[in-house]
Amino acid sequence: MRRPHTGSKTGFSPMRWWSMVLKEFTQLKRDRLTFAMIVGIPIMQTALFGYAINTNPKHLDTAIISADSTDITRSFIAAMQNSSYFKMVGTLPNEAAGREALARGKVLFVVNIPAGFTRQLLRGERPALLIEADATDPTATGSALAAVSGIAQSVIDREIAGPLSNLHGSPAPFSVRVHQLYNPDNITQYFVVPGLTGMVLTLTMVLMTGLAITRERERGTMENLLAMPATPLEVMTGKLVPYIGIGLIQATIILLAARYVFRVPFFGNIGAVYLSALLFIAANLTVGITFSSLARNQLQAVQLGIFFFLPNIMLSGFMFPFKGMPGWAQALGNLLPLTYFLRLIRGILLKGNGWTDSWPNVWPMMVFTVVLMLVASITYRKTLD
Amino acid sequence: MTTVANPEYAIDVRGLNKRFGEKHVVRDVSLRVRRGEIFGFLGPNGSGKTTTIRMVCGLLKPDAGSGTCLGHDIVREREAIKRKVGYMTQRFSFWEDLSIAENLDFVARMYEIPHRKEAVRHAIDTLGLASRARQLAGTLSGGWKQRMALAACMLHQPSLLLLDEPTAGVDPRARRDFWDELQSLAAQGISVLVSTHYMDEAVRCHKLAYIAYGKLLAQGSADEVIASQRLSTWAIHGERLSALQEELRSRPGVEQTVTFGDALHVSGTDAGLLEGTVRAAAGVDGRSCEPVETSLEDVFIYLMGKTPDNSGGTA
Ligand SMILES: Nc1ncnc2c1ncn2[C@@H]1O[C@H](COP(=O)(O)OP(=O)(O)O)[C@@H](O)[C@H]1O
Ligand SMILES: [Mg+2]
Repeated sequence: MRRPHTGSKTGFSPMRWWSMVLKEFTQLKRDRLTFAMIVGIPIMQTALFGYAINTNPKHLDTAIISADSTDITRSFIAAMQNSSYFKMVGTLPNEAAGREALARGKVLFVVNIPAGFTRQLLRGERPALLIEADATDPTATGSALAAVSGIAQSVIDREIAGPLSNLHGSPAPFSVRVHQLYNPDNITQYFVVPGLTGMVLTLTMVLMTGLAITRERERGTMENLLAMPATPLEVMTGKLVPYIGIGLIQATIILLAARYVFRVPFFGNIGAVYLSALLFIAANLTVGITFSSLARNQLQAVQLGIFFFLPNIMLSGFMFPFKGMPGWAQALGNLLPLTYFLRLIRGILLKGNGWTDSWPNVWPMMVFTVVLMLVASITYRKTLD
Repeated sequence: MTTVANPEYAIDVRGLNKRFGEKHVVRDVSLRVRRGEIFGFLGPNGSGKTTTIRMVCGLLKPDAGSGTCLGHDIVREREAIKRKVGYMTQRFSFWEDLSIAENLDFVARMYEIPHRKEAVRHAIDTLGLASRARQLAGTLSGGWKQRMALAACMLHQPSLLLLDEPTAGVDPRARRDFWDELQSLAAQGISVLVSTHYMDEAVRCHKLAYIAYGKLLAQGSADEVIASQRLSTWAIHGERLSALQEELRSRPGVEQTVTFGDALHVSGTDAGLLEGTVRAAAGVDGRSCEPVETSLEDVFIYLMGKTPDNSGGTA
């Protein structure tokens, strides 16, 4: 004899509720990728925000053009270094070399000490030092530049002594002129909006291609495709072409907004911007294909996409200054195509960079694309095995 | 090993083996399907039917074994096979977010069919899909889906059809129509390998193969398959048959008891022993018994009982 059911049929049944909870736990336990996300995302985010990200970046790469090397100028350089905002990475022969290093993003600052600086100082002519800064990202350079006047004052206090004391007073014995290049008004949007192109393309390209291919597998239509005469190359490239178009449309929308809503200056060649976007789309499509052959279903494809997306926003220099991150974080960032695309598009739009300035950011994306294409073609399954 | 194409056979494979990890899913399966023949492929769930069909059409690479499909080597000439074979997957595998016409059009382009639009229209008309041509495939009922799938795998006029449980989930009327269609295709010289669980479909096949646990247990015409198991069968009519069935199960000579409507079929391989047992048991309570011809269904149930259940197990 079966026991009659107890409990009301419509009310809340703790027994039913508990069986629901148990079922959910059992399913979660089986889903290894979800489990990895539950544990992995907090760890990854804590590590990135806790250790990698720094909104008050220090030790920023600085080059020196020194036409006058004396105790006083050396003392000024040393004071800059000691402030911990600047890191002297070398000397450059002339102003042209300085501009090039800034354009390519090799250094963020160039300190230019003009010829006869010390002599003019001693004669009381109150000369000026020039610091040129790459101000495309105002957050990256802001605190360092704010520290400059303090540094100058400390040098004056220390070095202008004894027989030179008469130079004290107003105006100061020497001044530091700061020249902010590329984004002199420190408008954050100039920096952020072009970068948005890269962020949006990463998100949609990786997710959409990842889903497009796992969807065929999950719904069983892949078996049908494989049974037809189509070659893997036809299937893959045929599936991807629409997404290239979608990516270009997205890029266009953001660029139009950048130009006409945010008034971002477009110094470079717009054709070069689109070529970069195409290359970047290709790089992300290969990521999407690789994920789609790793993922067993659409949920997993999305999860892999999120795993890829998070370090992309954090470590590429999209949200936080790249140069402000510790070495290991920069090394990780250098593995991501978004890092290069951001430098590329910001360089072209804001600095008017041409081909030679852009190349250092183009070839890494090409290498990335080719390597992942190889990975994808190895992992692509031609049969159902 | 050389594979000499024999024009007599649409499928001629020997010693096919396939493992998935530890699981040996197909073991030494050899099949021969003549041109113009409807070949029925039977066996419990998980016995390896789908895997075998996939190997025949080049979708899976056999671990061992060789053979030809329409004269092409199943390992080396997959691409040629794909062009000539119509494969209908067990699970509906067309695009549910495309309409019937769009699905067929896509398939026609894939096979680079000349006069594509005409071919698609013709396929839609002959299979009676015209009224639903614009309906999304995902919203079709089982019978319509199956008709569309058949139309799609017939588009490129294949000379061999591989149909994997094409009538699962389809109502009896649609099933009968489907088989009428198959028989007329076979009459035109098209070979058909079809897997099924239905006995009424099995008897319509020219040849049958029965697979269990990845092993081929019987192959041949229905009569040959029946004869191969050497079963004698008695039918018992009368009252309280289910009680009798319980009782007979453990008696000597009885290897199988199955109820068919109002008759109880009792089968065994030792005819003499079986007859004695049946006569003794049936002679009471006004029940009658008579020897009957062993049917295909008796044999299949017998074959299924001989091997442990292997539906989805991890064995
Ligand atoms: N891709 C695969 N990977 C692992 N196991 C598989 C795969 N395909 C089928 N199997 C297993 O092989 C066995 C035979 O499957 P299948 O050929 O589909 O049988 P059938 O079509 O007769 O029902 C089953 O146990 C199934 O779980
Ligand atoms: Mg199957």
